[in-house]
Amino acid sequence: MVYCIGHSIISPLGEGSHANLEAVQAGRSGLKLYTHRFADVEPFCASLFDTPQDFVPLCIKSVEGAMSSQPSVVSLQSSETIFIVSTTKGDDLDLLTPAKTIAQHFGNPNAPIVVSNACTSGVCAQITAMRLLEAGLYRHAIVVGCDIQSRFIVSGFQSFKALSPEPCKPFSPDRQGLNLGEAAATIVYSQQPIANSQQPLWTLEAGSIHNDANHLSAPSRTGEGAYQCLMDVMGGITADQIALVGVHGTATMYNDAMETIALERAGLQDVPKSVLKPFFGHTMGAAGVVETILCAMQATNRQSSIVQSSIIKMLSGFGGVNAAIRLRV
Amino acid sequence: MVHNGQPIAVEATGEKMLVELYRRFAGDYPKFFKMDTLSRLGFIAAEILLKEPIPSDRASRQRIANSQKPTAIILANRSASIKNDTDYMATISDGKYYPSPALFVYTLPNIVTGEIAIRHQMQGETSFYILDKPEDLEPILLSTFHTASADRKNIQPSTSALAGWCECSDANTFYAKIQIIWNN
Repeated sequence: MVYCIGHSIISPLGEGSHANLEAVQAGRSGLKLYTHRFADVEPFCASLFDTPQDFVPLCIKSVEGAMSSQPSVVSLQSSETIFIVSTTKGDDLDLLTPAKTIAQHFGNPNAPIVVSNACTSGVCAQITAMRLLEAGLYRHAIVVGCDIQSRFIVSGFQSFKALSPEPCKPFSPDRQGLNLGEAAATIVYSQQPIANSQQPLWTLEAGSIHNDANHLSAPSRTGEGAYQCLMDVMGGITADQIALVGVHGTATMYNDAMETIALERAGLQDVPKSVLKPFFGHTMGAAGVVETILCAMQATNRQSSIVQSSIIKMLSGFGGVNAAIRLRV
Repeated sequence: MVHNGQPIAVEATGEKMLVELYRRFAGDYPKFFKMDTLSRLGFIAAEILLKEPIPSDRASRQRIANSQKPTAIILANRSASIKNDTDYMATISDGKYYPSPALFVYTLPNIVTGEIAIRHQMQGETSFYILDKPEDLEPILLSTFHTASADRKNIQPSTSALAGWCECSDANTFYAKIQIIWNN
């Protein structure tokens, strides 16, 4: 297991993890209708920054936010620290250069790792961090998830007819599709916890990735890959020990149906669900990082008994990939 | 094209070479013709590896003869899906806005791992990394195979992988170096 010792979220709902949690608790959503943001695309509902952001400065600000809240035991300049960037389209389709720029900005000597596993990237990046730290290859991992919306992405999802013209309604019978979003979020993971009453913020205990081996852009009807991931990360615990499950909940017809089946097969149908895309939209490479942070904060706030200290975060993505992690708060 | 250290003669070059190799080593999968160049490249490399392991590697030959497939598919490159991104962008260019869903689906580099998984029915992990150079994949693979900690009672870490570099920057510039790694 590895230990989260710092995190931050920057989104249209605010700067800082606490600001974003408060917005969600107050029921504020970043979703709006955009008619002129990008040339040629049809009107779309999304959660976007008021002022268009640049990928690299946004990520740098996100890392600084996560680092500011923890004691300075993590040296970003150390070769024992690795940057792991989760993104689907990077900075104008270039994923490696911005990751290198971010790592170099902080004086880190290692070539960064970019995880590009479609919408599961943010969870996969955390799993990569956990493995590298547990194998003793690094002591700290800075996991940064970010995606900025663009004409490229919006037009593409519109060509799939995957977007809802209104704010999305995950798991609702009259759901019409997803909304896109943008955000940057960072989690600092360490091999060791820090001796401090506020630390660790959570421990990452397990992770699993499975491909449905069924279809590139639609999930398996039986939720096979998602179910395998859930069974893997639930090893050793029971449903009543789980405080909440952070679902993917994109509000497409296929995803939500598949997720429901996978959750029922895994016996998790009665566990409270955290459904965050009505607040943030689908933030793609950032989703796994944003939503993990918020789920951990939500679970910490609402623990009703000591027994319920585990949470699960699950995601699915294009290419048939599914991923899940289990945290202890 | 080199397979297990032996060069294989091909007549065509560029994208046509991939079609030639498809006809020679597969030929029974029409979906190949919907794939983008990066996916075709990875598909063919996987096809060859999973059908014809190294003659001297008796362990691999035995496993594959027994239909044992590697557990995971872990690939990497530098340029993500840039070639297909460029093809998709041509469908949304100025004055000609016809976004193509058939092209858009391939504007993610991990799609090649999905194509291989579907073809060979591999339901283990599929992952794609964007890295500076092929050697940077080694620590990732090492840690992927690392023994799970005692907390994780159900999870069997991947013990084998189809892994390597799969890069395509345009129709005539692509490179793949992939191998099967058995960790047990």
